[in-house]
Amino acid sequence: MLTALVDYDSGNLHSAEKAFQRMAAETGAGEIRVTSDPEVVARADRIVLPGDGAFPACRQALDGFGGLFEAIEEGVRVKGKPFLGICVGMQMLTSWGREFRDTAGFDWIGGEVVAIPPAPGLKVPHMGWNDLVIDRAHPVLDGLATGDHAYFVHSYHFRVDDPAHLLAHVDYGGPITAIVGRDNIVGTQFHPEKSQALGLRLIANFLRWKP
Amino acid sequence: MLKTRIIPCLDVADGRVVKGVNFVNLIDAGDPVAAARAYDAAGADELCFLDIHATHENRGTMFDLVTRTAEQCFMPLTVGGGVRSHHDVRALLLAGADKVSFNSAAVANPDVVAEAADRFGSQCIVVAIDAKTVAPGRWEIFTHGGRKPTGIDAVDFARTVTAKGAGEILLTSMDRDGTKAGFNLPLTRAIADAVDIPVIASGGVGTLDHLVEGVTEGHASAVLAASIFHFGTHTIGEAKAHMAAAGIPMRMT
Repeated sequence: MLTALVDYDSGNLHSAEKAFQRMAAETGAGEIRVTSDPEVVARADRIVLPGDGAFPACRQALDGFGGLFEAIEEGVRVKGKPFLGICVGMQMLTSWGREFRDTAGFDWIGGEVVAIPPAPGLKVPHMGWNDLVIDRAHPVLDGLATGDHAYFVHSYHFRVDDPAHLLAHVDYGGPITAIVGRDNIVGTQFHPEKSQALGLRLIANFLRWKP
Repeated sequence: MLKTRIIPCLDVADGRVVKGVNFVNLIDAGDPVAAARAYDAAGADELCFLDIHATHENRGTMFDLVTRTAEQCFMPLTVGGGVRSHHDVRALLLAGADKVSFNSAAVANPDVVAEAADRFGSQCIVVAIDAKTVAPGRWEIFTHGGRKPTGIDAVDFARTVTAKGAGEILLTSMDRDGTKAGFNLPLTRAIADAVDIPVIASGGVGTLDHLVEGVTEGHASAVLAASIFHFGTHTIGEAKAHMAAAGIPMRMT
């Protein structure tokens, strides 16, 4: 079993790698490989797409690695491999990112990524621990409950078109999408690798998940 | 609802915690990684490492510490001290920091904040502001550990670095730091109300009520403290319970 943690020069993967390695050891999920190589992604059984920073820059970086996006798309959309997007890696699932300019996402989960609506006294970035409201049961959320906290840091959020794709949200001046999912695809706006026990649990669930 | 964060800060020099951390069961009180693990287990919301003797020669020691901490503590880590450019930011992010803090380099040239935020995103760029009261309702930026006045108004500077793309401000009141007399609340409130990014209050915490005041009167999004936690005066859990009892939304673990 091989899980590819896709490295496209978007942020630090060190913590993510260590968190996935720890939970892979606990769940017997095999090898975690940080990679930019489309061939490794093509061979992987599971694909994780992290991402920090601005939406257009992340999309551009991903497209800059020849064949990397195509390998992810083939694995996820054709072969149905389990996929987890984290932070901007989750936002990439959208139809459109509206940060700075309009940028096409993967369009695997319909919607758009827009600025967190300003409100008096509301600090942006949304930074810190917020309590999840679970909207829909899902194997990757096993053991997570409404009221559990996850660590967020972001200024844009994913507004999903179909409520069936919203697995969990938090309240920050209004509902903010926390977890999305459909078929073999899940994504978290928060950072599981920074969310202590809750994050490690979610990672373990993902490594066991057979959609 | 977003919770108020409690952030223990470890002052590090040459790879060791300055003054030590006095925890029960902590065998090496001077090991920052051991201290970080203890705070992780205690439910701290984030960690902060401050390299107080940062020099070119000893950077490798800090990178190693950050890497080893990030391998063991799956929680947010901010690192500051001696950060001059986006090159330093990149090196610390790659080592495993989640956020990197500029201090005097941002005072000398606020554009370093913009350069780093453009490259890595505002979410990982913190600006540490060290300010002193110079007249009632007026605060000035000081550098070099509070010794060197700059003539720059702290509130104006906070607005400047926010516009440059800082994602958070770590505000230390230099006239309170180390006094245990509580945060400089008028300063904290003036800055927290002037910018729309989160402000971490720092400097002067001596009691749990001081933590409460930093939020209720200072309008801070997070509170940073060192000695009250390091010396075992209070645990993170006690601090959270006290703040929650005062009506502040906290993440109880």
